[in-house]
Amino acid sequence: MINATSASTVTATVESTTECPLLSVKELSMLYAPGKGFTDVSFDLYPGEVLGIVGESGSGKSTLLQVISGRMQPDSGEVLYLRGSGNAQIEQIEELYSMAESQRRQLLRSEWGIVHQHPMDGLRSRVSAGGNIGERLMAIGHKNYAEIREQAEKWLSDVEIPLERIDDMPITFSGGMQQRLQIARNLVTHPKLIFMDEPTGGLDVSVQAKLLDLLRRLVTELNLAVVIVTHDLAVARLLAHRLIVMKQSKVVETGLTDQVLDDPQHPYTQLLVSSVLQN
Amino acid sequence: MDNQTQQHGDNTGYNYAYLDEQSKRMIRRTLLKAVAIPGYQVPFGGREMPMPYGWGTGGVQITAAIIGLKDTLKVIDQGSDDTTNAVSIREFFKKVANVKTTESTGAASIIQTRHRIPEAPLQQDQILVYQVPIPEPLRFIEPRETETRKMHALEEYGIMHVKLYEDIARFGHISTAYAYPVKVNDRYLMDPSPIPKFDNPKMDNMAALQLFGAGREKRIYAVPPYTKVQSLDFEDHPFTIQEWDEPCDICGATNTFLDEVVTDDKGGRVFICSDSDYCGSQQETQA
Repeated sequence: MINATSASTVTATVESTTECPLLSVKELSMLYAPGKGFTDVSFDLYPGEVLGIVGESGSGKSTLLQVISGRMQPDSGEVLYLRGSGNAQIEQIEELYSMAESQRRQLLRSEWGIVHQHPMDGLRSRVSAGGNIGERLMAIGHKNYAEIREQAEKWLSDVEIPLERIDDMPITFSGGMQQRLQIARNLVTHPKLIFMDEPTGGLDVSVQAKLLDLLRRLVTELNLAVVIVTHDLAVARLLAHRLIVMKQSKVVETGLTDQVLDDPQHPYTQLLVSSVLQN
Repeated sequence: MDNQTQQHGDNTGYNYAYLDEQSKRMIRRTLLKAVAIPGYQVPFGGREMPMPYGWGTGGVQITAAIIGLKDTLKVIDQGSDDTTNAVSIREFFKKVANVKTTESTGAASIIQTRHRIPEAPLQQDQILVYQVPIPEPLRFIEPRETETRKMHALEEYGIMHVKLYEDIARFGHISTAYAYPVKVNDRYLMDPSPIPKFDNPKMDNMAALQLFGAGREKRIYAVPPYTKVQSLDFEDHPFTIQEWDEPCDICGATNTFLDEVVTDDKGGRVFICSDSDYCGSQQETQA
């Protein structure tokens, strides 16, 4: 439900906190070998903002996502994150790889969420849908079954999965349902920041469309900041506010999504935009 | 060492208590570490024992490392002193360690057990040695050992509740009835070995030292005397122990763990104490 009023309140909250980016990436590099990985990436991500990373296969997109989400140590550079729950008193900026591993993992299951390309990578296959959603709650110390169950039901209906499937195993779900379950599992702890790697990959177009609608709604309603890696320009245009275009380990172009896609400057971006099938 | 070797002259070729002294020292060092970090699984160089894995090789190695001539050994299997496994291990140590054995819980200084804790409360001068098949309580949810070790190190135990959640979602109550996960000393999550959850409360603040040996997986862990051992649960589904509608058919006890025994092929069945020593002593008191 995106209407004019909710959209404007969201913009207002973004403006009030713009002094400080949520995630600040500075001259970050991670190379497995020359040309494999990414070099010298810098950007700021503000609360409620959706940043798209597009580029060709092997350009370092997924590696970049892994490093900025605290799952892989970079060679150089820093990732600063504004930790805390929106309350200025407890908020503080911390460098991701200077904090203890336990703290990083704590972030991953509370203030952050990760949506994998293949939903089963992010789900537990032998645990029911309800248990998958409840896991993060239990991980941060919830010990009341009825409350966990209630939350699981709420999130299932939020991502449009029938409630009677709550005790079914995710392997019995369709691809689209698994992806929505994965999203619900991540959002249950009300994260501030979500990392997504090709969330619509491998889904048919009508399921993709529904998933994109859902993501747009959730991003607006929950004021989520999102970093989304995709090679699908349509997805990028629909979701992302800003784009980073990568080619051969380097950022070749950045800017507002519409600007980058409608008036591409770099030859590679021009090629990318012109390669999309027109109808 | 020489002293002990001489004291059991009829087993030439074997060291006292079967294991060589260096192996025993290694196991004792492991035990010291295990006691120092209650509930933490300490790896050790498990030795081949003259019995197959799954028959208590872990427990036997611990017993061999701590037993001495002054000890009195009791061995139980599922609470009973006279099952094959219990008899064999008792006879084994009688032969290789030259120790007194007993079936009485009160008279024993070391009790090696498979799947039960004796009904009679244990004392400060006793040691309870558990045989453990699978020491890792997180394994069934997270199969990667590298990951479970990290989870222990960082105290990430929320996932254990997922197993209990699944129980309630499927059966309406926590159906895990044995190997029920516990938290030791407010820190480490521990598998109490496949004892029935009926025995879990006995572990809490127990006067005796509790040692756990997993032979196949080569892990030793321990609960020192008077240590807090807490069974996991939910606020609205608290931990409970098994209950029976009828008393023990032999001794009439109502506070013990009962085994169901089929008596004929017409559906006849009785419930009797699984702890044979406790059942026997109850009968004596009544007689």
